[in-house]
Amino acid sequence: MFKLKCDDFLIYDEATGKYTMSAEQQVRDETERNKWKSTGFTILKDWRLYLMLVPMLLVYLLWKYAPMTELTGAFRYGDFQYVSDRPWAGIENFRNIYFGANSESFWMAFRNTFIIAFYGLLFGFPTPIILALFFNEVKSNIARSIMQVCVYLPKFISTVIVTSLTLALFSGNKAGGDVGVISKFLGAISGSEMLHDRLAGGLVYTVEYFRAIYIVTDIWEHAGYDSIVFFAAVIAVSPTSYEAAQIDGAGKMAQMRYVVLPSILSTVVIMLIMKIGGLLSVGYEKLYLLCPSSTYNNYTVATVVSTWANAMGSYTTQAYGIAGEMTNNLIGMILVIGANTISRKAADVSLY
Amino acid sequence: MKRKMEVSELIFKIIAYVFLIIFAVLCMYPLLFALSSMFSDFDAVGNNKIILWPVGNLQFNAAKYVLTSSNFWVSYSNTLFVTFIGTIWCLVYSILGAYALSKKRLLGRHGFNFFLVFTMWFSAGVVPQFLNYQSTGRVMATIFAGSTNMADIDLKWLIVIAMGMNATNIVLLRNAFEGVPSEIEEAARIDGATELQILTKVYIPMSKATIATVALFFGISRWNGYFWAYKVTGAAGQSYSWPVQVYMRDFIQYNTGLTGQYESETAAFTIGEGTSIAYAMVIFAMIPILVIYPFIQKYFAKGVNMGGVKE
Repeated sequence: MFKLKCDDFLIYDEATGKYTMSAEQQVRDETERNKWKSTGFTILKDWRLYLMLVPMLLVYLLWKYAPMTELTGAFRYGDFQYVSDRPWAGIENFRNIYFGANSESFWMAFRNTFIIAFYGLLFGFPTPIILALFFNEVKSNIARSIMQVCVYLPKFISTVIVTSLTLALFSGNKAGGDVGVISKFLGAISGSEMLHDRLAGGLVYTVEYFRAIYIVTDIWEHAGYDSIVFFAAVIAVSPTSYEAAQIDGAGKMAQMRYVVLPSILSTVVIMLIMKIGGLLSVGYEKLYLLCPSSTYNNYTVATVVSTWANAMGSYTTQAYGIAGEMTNNLIGMILVIGANTISRKAADVSLY
Repeated sequence: MKRKMEVSELIFKIIAYVFLIIFAVLCMYPLLFALSSMFSDFDAVGNNKIILWPVGNLQFNAAKYVLTSSNFWVSYSNTLFVTFIGTIWCLVYSILGAYALSKKRLLGRHGFNFFLVFTMWFSAGVVPQFLNYQSTGRVMATIFAGSTNMADIDLKWLIVIAMGMNATNIVLLRNAFEGVPSEIEEAARIDGATELQILTKVYIPMSKATIATVALFFGISRWNGYFWAYKVTGAAGQSYSWPVQVYMRDFIQYNTGLTGQYESETAAFTIGEGTSIAYAMVIFAMIPILVIYPFIQKYFAKGVNMGGVKE
């Protein structure tokens, strides 16, 4: 007769031909049955710990997760004040912004998001690494500290001040008189009066210069502070490695290539993941301050998905704004997870 | 014996010094520019004559105007309020939460961590967040003012409790707490310390540097916050609870011509006056940051060195 192979949890009785449960399995079942009791007991014993968690969970629930319930507005018509009162529209709003009446402005904002993010990564990412390598060359501690104090500072200046100073330095001659300092400088090196004429509203409000100005001021704000983490990696390189390379006849460039870069690579990868993760959440506060509405000339290059959605704030158009930004943020999330997975597989470095 | 410097090394060094000096000077330049403009002749400011040092006769009218402007100081006190109370509020729930999350024995620890970290990956977006703040305002008005209009409550409180969240700061705190040796905690427990005592008497003193860093990150983001405070107070038409950044931006918008919204017939100031006053506001609004900045600078390296946001 067929006999089950189950010796570890059942016992076969030859005489009756029946299976009975082994004693060990009975104990195991008992523990399994009582598991919730012990779990409950652990929670009860540590109730203070769970109580401590409550305020944080509540804050995140109320002001980070509750907004996500408003995302249903992307699938509803935008007729009423409250999202929950609105009738369902299916994917009507998505069709509208992808192919329909609002598609032109949405794709413009989406393209701008990518372009600004891409240029920001291309020029903004290497700059702090270069700064860190250069800081390593300054052997005098006092000189280096002074320089570091200077370059970290812009990070702590508010966006309102940064944008106002940007507008002032790149300003035009609308009021009569001269143009802003940097406008003046650019006019002098390009040697053209034409540049001056075009500056009526300031260089920030021109289609040609906006992106460059945005990227440059962004680097100005963040490069110094971002260099901290790379500098920490660079000074962690042991001096004996340099000496060994020198004995082998390595020049400065060879030392950079074969000693420093491999040592800071993991830091660079981690920072790159973080940057790619935040790629599509470009700073809407700054962009909003530099281009508050569609009446500005730089609207076609300065509008990103967040500011575009913000402009669609009225009840009737809100649904499109929600749908558009949801698209953007979902792609952003895929980017983070993707970058993280790739780096974990390829370099065994991961953030989450 | 000192090794002879190679040519490539020397060139590299020179490039490094030149680049760093230029970069450092550029980082400081706008501040000097603002300071000079604040004290320069109004006409010179209006005509963009300032390059480095004050131009024309030194004047202190702009500074005097700002010092005596009640609107400015109301907004300034709002910012002080939001910064102090808001930072304390964020610190309290962050420290409590981070402490609980740092405990291995916490059941569902990975779930709670994911709950936190997920907000760094995905956010609902500007419009849903704004709708959420509006309904928060309505609920608060129902509770505290007996109406459903969020303009009936002081929106400073909404800014304090509902804004300034930062998951990265909580992760920093959690990592710091995880670094505290568990033997000390066990010793305290044997001596009869309660959970809260262990946190306040053992963990907080041992993670002072990280807590200081995180407090400063919270504080600076509060001090500099503009967008949401502007949106929320703007939606309620409540200018008495404007933080200084919102007030400053409003002033710059209508009195300096920088944003193209200047109307010489209706503006209270000429462009020169307005711009000079705006720079004075910029300097005054930056003073607290400039004062604490040298003291916090040494903590930065600790703050950014997160050691990975592991779960």
